[in-house]
Amino acid sequence: MTDSKYFTTTKKGEIFELKAELNSDKKEKKKEAVKKVIASMTVGKDVSALFPDVVNCMQTDNLELKKLVYLYLMNYAKSQPDMAIMAVNTFVKDCEDPNPLIRALAVRTMGCIRVDKITEYLCEPLRKCLKDEDPYVRKTAAVCVAKLHDINAQLVEDQGFLDTLKDLISDSNPMVVANAVAALSEIAESHPNSNLLDLNPQTINKLLTALNECTEWGQIFILDCLANYTPRDDRESQSICERVTPRLSHANSAVVLSAVKVLMKFMEMLPKDLDYYGTLLKKLAPPLVTLLSAEPELQYVALRNINLIVQRRPEILKHEMKVFFVKYNDPIYVKLEKLDIMIRLASQANIAQVLAELKEYATEVDVDFVRKAVRAIGRCAIKVEQSAERCVSTLLDLIQTKVNYVVQEAIVVIKDIFRKYPNKYESVIATLCENLDSLDEPEARAAMIWIVGEYAERIDNADELLESFLEGFHDESTQVQLQLLTAIVKLFLKKPTETQELVQQVLSLATQDSDNPDLRDRGYIYWRLLSTDPVAAKEVVLAEKPLISEETDLIEPTLLEELICHIGTLASVYHKPPSAFVEGSRGVQHKRLPGSAGSGESVDSPDPGSAAGVTEAPPAVIPSQGDLLGDLLNLDLTPPTTTGPPPAPSSGMQLGAMDLLGGGLDSLMGDESEPLGGDLGGSAAMGAGFGAPPAAMPASFSAPVSGGLDDLFDLGGGVGMPMGAYSPPKTVWLPAMKAKGLEITGTFARRAGVIQMEMTLTNKAMSVMTDFAIQFNRNSFGLAPAGPLQVLTPLSPNQSIEVSLPLSTVGPVMKMEPLTNLQVAVKNNIDVFYFSSQYPISMLFVEDGKMERQVFLATWKDISNDNEAQFQIKDCHLSSDAASNKLQGSNVFTIAKRTVEGQDMLYQSMKLTNGIWVLAELRVQAGNPNFTVSLKCRAPEVSQCVFQSYEAMLKN
Amino acid sequence: MIGGLFIYNHKGEVLISRVYRDDIGRNAVDAFRVNVIHARQQVRSPVTNIARTSFFHVKRSNIWLAVVTKQNVNATMVFEFLYKMCDVMTAYFGKISEENVKNNFVLIYELLDEILDFGYPQNSETGALKTFITQQGIKSQTKEEQSQITSQVTGQIGWRREGIKYRRNELFLDVLESVNLLMSPQGQVLSAHVSGRVVMKSYLSGMPECKFGMNDKIVIDKQGKGGSSEEGGKSGKQSIAIDDCTFHQCVRLSKFDSERSISFIPPDGDYELMRYRTTKDIILPFRVIPLVREVGRTKLEVKVVIKSNFKSSLLAQKIEVRIPTPLNTSGVQLICMKGKAKYKASENAIVWKIKRMAGMKESQISAEIELLPTNDKKKWARPPISMNFEVPFAPSGLKVRYLKVFEPKLNYSDHDVIKWVRYIGRSGIYETRC
Repeated sequence: MTDSKYFTTTKKGEIFELKAELNSDKKEKKKEAVKKVIASMTVGKDVSALFPDVVNCMQTDNLELKKLVYLYLMNYAKSQPDMAIMAVNTFVKDCEDPNPLIRALAVRTMGCIRVDKITEYLCEPLRKCLKDEDPYVRKTAAVCVAKLHDINAQLVEDQGFLDTLKDLISDSNPMVVANAVAALSEIAESHPNSNLLDLNPQTINKLLTALNECTEWGQIFILDCLANYTPRDDRESQSICERVTPRLSHANSAVVLSAVKVLMKFMEMLPKDLDYYGTLLKKLAPPLVTLLSAEPELQYVALRNINLIVQRRPEILKHEMKVFFVKYNDPIYVKLEKLDIMIRLASQANIAQVLAELKEYATEVDVDFVRKAVRAIGRCAIKVEQSAERCVSTLLDLIQTKVNYVVQEAIVVIKDIFRKYPNKYESVIATLCENLDSLDEPEARAAMIWIVGEYAERIDNADELLESFLEGFHDESTQVQLQLLTAIVKLFLKKPTETQELVQQVLSLATQDSDNPDLRDRGYIYWRLLSTDPVAAKEVVLAEKPLISEETDLIEPTLLEELICHIGTLASVYHKPPSAFVEGSRGVQHKRLPGSAGSGESVDSPDPGSAAGVTEAPPAVIPSQGDLLGDLLNLDLTPPTTTGPPPAPSSGMQLGAMDLLGGGLDSLMGDESEPLGGDLGGSAAMGAGFGAPPAAMPASFSAPVSGGLDDLFDLGGGVGMPMGAYSPPKTVWLPAMKAKGLEITGTFARRAGVIQMEMTLTNKAMSVMTDFAIQFNRNSFGLAPAGPLQVLTPLSPNQSIEVSLPLSTVGPVMKMEPLTNLQVAVKNNIDVFYFSSQYPISMLFVEDGKMERQVFLATWKDISNDNEAQFQIKDCHLSSDAASNKLQGSNVFTIAKRTVEGQDMLYQSMKLTNGIWVLAELRVQAGNPNFTVSLKCRAPEVSQCVFQSYEAMLKN
Repeated sequence: MIGGLFIYNHKGEVLISRVYRDDIGRNAVDAFRVNVIHARQQVRSPVTNIARTSFFHVKRSNIWLAVVTKQNVNATMVFEFLYKMCDVMTAYFGKISEENVKNNFVLIYELLDEILDFGYPQNSETGALKTFITQQGIKSQTKEEQSQITSQVTGQIGWRREGIKYRRNELFLDVLESVNLLMSPQGQVLSAHVSGRVVMKSYLSGMPECKFGMNDKIVIDKQGKGGSSEEGGKSGKQSIAIDDCTFHQCVRLSKFDSERSISFIPPDGDYELMRYRTTKDIILPFRVIPLVREVGRTKLEVKVVIKSNFKSSLLAQKIEVRIPTPLNTSGVQLICMKGKAKYKASENAIVWKIKRMAGMKESQISAEIELLPTNDKKKWARPPISMNFEVPFAPSGLKVRYLKVFEPKLNYSDHDVIKWVRYIGRSGIYETRC
């Protein structure tokens, strides 16, 4: 029997035929027809028109047919919600079936149908299935809770399913435990502050027991969950490690890597002098090596992870260099990754072997791979001083091959070698010069020019060489032009007599004929330097250069720590934090290694603590008022329960107001606060943190604002975002003068519900800048970077880079003066720099800031007139509608409009990230460019800032 | 978790599409086709991120299997799952081909419904799945049968069902090793390792408890005595150092960790009990000695000697030596002492085949390669000479010491079980640079 025939029908009128067949009396024919429908669905044809006919086939004893119909339902129920109801009865009936396989099938499928009306009916059967006598049904029901939570989180909480799910962790069947853990972990991820996965030594013990008995997949769920736990002390940490290590011998690589993750994390807490610590290190190497004999795709994932592990704990694999040697038949993605690790592991002990290998690779065919191999040779020279000479001679051999891209790559790395070991290998310059003509890539040309300029005094025909480049000056890329300019100036300073003409030529090319401001600026500086004070010029241009670092491409330490917590996952494959590629609230939370946590921020495991009590308070019901606005509302026929944005709890406002007014947080945080930048030392702070148990946080410390806030975020999440949010133009925050050549200009923007700090970093210094990191001082609204600063490539001189840093509002809070002041510290390899900037408060207006009219009215009345502030906006030529639209783009929502005597009154609301509501009345008189804004808010401090934003938003 | 799974043919047409999560839309199917299957460049990574959606793929012959997700999933798990899915499909309907996938699409959907729930892998053991997912549809089971199925699928021993009976209790044990070598032209071993597998076929009644023992150095040293005299082995060594091993999920890992004993209740039929890796004291069955001389710009002289390095009473089989030739080869003259040699222009290689060769022998091939003059600047990369062979011993030196079977409930003892042990050593990537 073959099913492929179902794929072949393509003729017209097919739907009608299928309809007839589906309604046929013959069972066989029906089944055939459903199969055809599924086949059409698979290839992407729209068969939703057959919905009622397919659903009619659902009532059958034939399980295969039933499964097919269910498959269809899962695909199309959402597009036909009313029809889908027809299926409910069958589901409910199936949930009572004596056959556990059918009960499970029903509950499993029902959870996949994302129709509100169906989910209502799902609750009762689900409750029964969670307590079913058969483990197969229970394990299916456990996952179903996660499904339901994804559709309607509130419902799951109200129905108490979360507690039942927690109980399942103690189930007698290991697979039920594993699925319950998986479901709870997923639900907890979307509620970072909830205490859902209450991991304590008892539950951990249960999990460890189940670990020995469940399926390979279950073991992965449990290990991934264990990795989120922070042991109380090193003893507990060790005992967990001991029970996890046997997993390293599992045949499933995912079990192995998840176990590695747990061990890598918990190891942080073990004292280094402990015998067990050494044993554990030794145990980690063999399984990691074994991963390399898996299928190539797994090898790739393993290698990306090993790259992280090697950076964090180089000692684990230091003797295993050979296994990373590239095999001729490895896929290219495996080859490139192996090469990276070889460089990381290169040391004096193995350098001879490594070099021999690299030389071999440099003769392969894949261009990317060859280039990387050549570059690797250069990096070895820089990393292992003893090998530099051998590396250089290897590179020279490669240059002799005359293969174009090999030569260019070699020249680029030789430049770095010259930088690292000045005055040592200049004898090779002659060979390099022979290849001048073959260089066609800017990077290689620039490197070659740099070499000629740097060693102009030893190259007899340096002037001729540089002159030859000068011919096509305007066709060169900026990189080459800048390098050429500098090189000729160097040459002039070294051999002034013969080269005066040349230097004049290049200066006029750079300053008069070029459109590039960087080039012009540099040209003018040289020109003036040379004309005013040649001695000073010599000091500046021929100054001694700072040394370059040994290790390159290292991942920034805080990011590395976070990635170690994500071993085995996509984040570890991309080498990016989950927030960089996961949408929504999931994964935004940053994980950190236990030993180093607790140094000033509470991102790790915020405790809902005091906030929980406040947010759970029921929203106050405000009776409607007999007013004009109230009348408008009464015309509205939609029942309040199903309207779009849920009514905001008025208590939220009080919470926000309290935070701002009281400043009581400061006293709570007293001990934890550190001078700004204290944590920027990165690795140093981390090192100190090892071995020490994480500092216990006072429960009240973890930013009470965040509790309420995240809930609000969740509500606002899916709503379509207007894109036209106002963002001020970039201004200079940190002038290069103050920051040893680093210039930062920037602005703030709110995009898709996320506050972004958008910066342009420009390197105006002469040396490469690396290792960027950023940190904020405590501020009024708890703004904090939601991820590390993503400057992955070193910033070379005269280069600028656009960085966009997503911000969260769950950081520590302290009232600032002015309110929207933000103090920032930026670190790079040179120093730490401080600056402050002010963000427009409109960044903090959240997407669900539209208040219900009734609530608006009541709130307006409720706030005392003392809290009202009135401002004038002058010279604003907008109609009231245009103004309203403009403001809406920045989440200022117009709730109602009233026209009295030619004057438009707009009633508007907005909500800040910390739950403070601001209500506004905007009066616009036709023909009068002066607007009047009245603001009412329970925290009157914000009024001034809001007004300023109003002005900026309207006039922009 | 896994958001969806798609199967495509080589043209990029969807054969199977199953979506588990709401955040995956239909356009994901097309995104993968356009950006990966139809991409002009060679695939540079098995993981692709397209518009914040991640795709994992593996290829089996002409068929692409892709998993799609928008979350930070466990990437290792996804690939393990994909391999497992391939295994399950192969177990059900043989080779994964377009025709087979189309012919079994209903079955595949049924499997996908069972193996993945909301993107979480569930039980993927073919043995268990076959008890209730059949191409013929479920036959109405009795109540006992049903609960037996569910307890097996969810239970601690998900890989074996109760009540298996055989008239003859029999066990087949194969030690399969692949020996990998990378050697420099001068004969220096750059890297060498053996990756081995212990594959079993068990036809045993009941729920037998098995214990497997081999000449693992750690165990032997612990016992304080060497293996018995007849286990001397070819190289005379009595125990071997295993770098690392991994086990089928039936093996009790905690017991291995504490006592280093391998005990388990085996699945029924074929399965892989363990994999291991060794790097020390490997017997390299063959040595390849290359000699390449460039005579001017248009001629190349190649001489390759192979030496067999094992007991002369043993025979190696299926020996094949592959000598790469430059792309601009115009003609080749070959002289070999043994076997047959041919120049295969389409593969840019000389392939030399020898059916059988005893230990401690050597053989030689010489070739004269004529080259077309080219102005290609790029030098010939000289890929390594590779070898294939099969030998009837384990190059790692591994020996099976015992495999004991206990089934307390049924009346057969360890002695009644007929056991077969076989050793096969094959070449993995066995290369000599020239």
